Amino acid sequence: MNVAAERTLRIVMPVVVGVLLVVAWWAISANQGRVVLVPTPAMVGEQLVTYPDLILKATGVTALNALVGLGLGAVLAILLAGVAAWLRIVDWMVAPVVAAVAVVPIVALTPILNTMFGASSQFGRQLVAALAAFVPIFINVLRGLRQAKPVQRDLFASLAASGGQTFAKLTLPTALPYLFTGLTIASSLAVISALVAEYFGGPANGLGTAIATYAKTGKSSLAWAHVMAAIVLGLVFFLVTVLIQRIVARRIPA
Amino acid sequence: MRFETKAAPDATPAVRAVGVGKTFGTRRRAVGAITDVDLEIAAGEFVSLIGPSGCGKSTLMRIIADLDAPTAGTLEVFGKSAKAARLDQDYGIAFQQAGLLPWRTVLQNIALPLELHGVPYAERAERAEQLAALVGLSEFRDHRPDQLSGGMQQRVAIARSLAEKPRLLLMDEPFGALDEMTRERMQGELARIVSRTGAAVVFVTHSIPEAVFLSDRVVVMSPRPGRITAEIEVPFGKDRADLLRESPEFFAKVTEVREALHGTPVERANER
Repeated sequence: MNVAAERTLRIVMPVVVGVLLVVAWWAISANQGRVVLVPTPAMVGEQLVTYPDLILKATGVTALNALVGLGLGAVLAILLAGVAAWLRIVDWMVAPVVAAVAVVPIVALTPILNTMFGASSQFGRQLVAALAAFVPIFINVLRGLRQAKPVQRDLFASLAASGGQTFAKLTLPTALPYLFTGLTIASSLAVISALVAEYFGGPANGLGTAIATYAKTGKSSLAWAHVMAAIVLGLVFFLVTVLIQRIVARRIPA
Repeated sequence: MRFETKAAPDATPAVRAVGVGKTFGTRRRAVGAITDVDLEIAAGEFVSLIGPSGCGKSTLMRIIADLDAPTAGTLEVFGKSAKAARLDQDYGIAFQQAGLLPWRTVLQNIALPLELHGVPYAERAERAEQLAALVGLSEFRDHRPDQLSGGMQQRVAIARSLAEKPRLLLMDEPFGALDEMTRERMQGELARIVSRTGAAVVFVTHSIPEAVFLSDRVVVMSPRPGRITAEIEVPFGKDRADLLRESPEFFAKVTEVREALHGTPVERANER
């Protein structure tokens, strides 16, 4: 297979899969006979065209919640991973906590945070997203900071490099690919966590609230239109992270 | 081209070890890596440390490099402590693994020591170009390590070890991972490079022909505890051609080192 054909196939194949999925969805919803439960793609599309402002506004709220959460989680994770890599005892102290944080149910946490910060505040939702983003970034960065090989550490010692130089020119560049692995996982997690947090109370806006409201009031087509927006939002977060990774990797290839 | 080393008073030996010992572990279950090593290496002298695995030859080299501290005895490098010599960058080092930074090009890897020591960009770029030419990698200057063969990576590491024009080169089995053909070619290149730089070399190996071909003196070590058991002069001069490998004198020296390694003359074992 030549290169051009391979490149074409790489674009065509996902499109084919997407079309097949839509066809399958159509077949299921049409044959079920209960389009109220599973609306057809056409009905969802109609809602998307009819209420773009409504859907965009909800998406914007969720996007901001996810972004703030991702940023907050990333900063905390990087700082703490740095300290844990530097001081073994800190690693021992936080390792079980991180393992616990990884399995905290959002369902249980959200009502508490909503009560703590008030029903009109988005901060509880952002904190949930931050918590979800924190775990994969922390784990990956901590691992990355330990990837420099003994021979490379010996080399820097033999060159009388200072601690700062060793960190800037060896430890950090070695850890960068791991940071991006963590960020890629965390970006999708932040979106889904923010959305689920919205589902469980707080201010009456955002994709989560919209999906919950419309699904309960029989407007399942509109609910599914918001689900579509959520999927697109998750993909955008993922792709932006991958794009940043590409740009950085071009300057510092792993 | 300038490949000369930093000026050194000839009288000061490159390395002087007196009663050097190193034990690992706690006092009760201490394991002796090396004991009672006396060794003097003159400026410009090429000395190989040879011996079986576990004889402490790498440990001795790491002590000279101040990557490990001795637990007994004293060690001086150019008349100063090993630490002072390391901080003054009096030695360059090449390890068994090339230890290159994969995100840097060949030139950037070679220039790393100069970069860490604050040499201005133009100067270190020029020096890196010279060194790349010296090890025959000018064409690959902008390649990254994963695009190079093992032998090429090792040559980059050697070029990097020469960046600060060291008076002393420490090499820990730098050709250990290479195939025999590449290895012999690299030995030839190393002999050529060293004769041009005039640096003293401490060369750790467990290949007898390699030690004989390269060295002015072969230091034989034995394990448990690691110590020096013999020192053999190899008076073949500085300019050594590949043909030396096929000469009777070369074989005689190889046999002498082998006998020293095994502790008994090899012929005697055959006579029985």
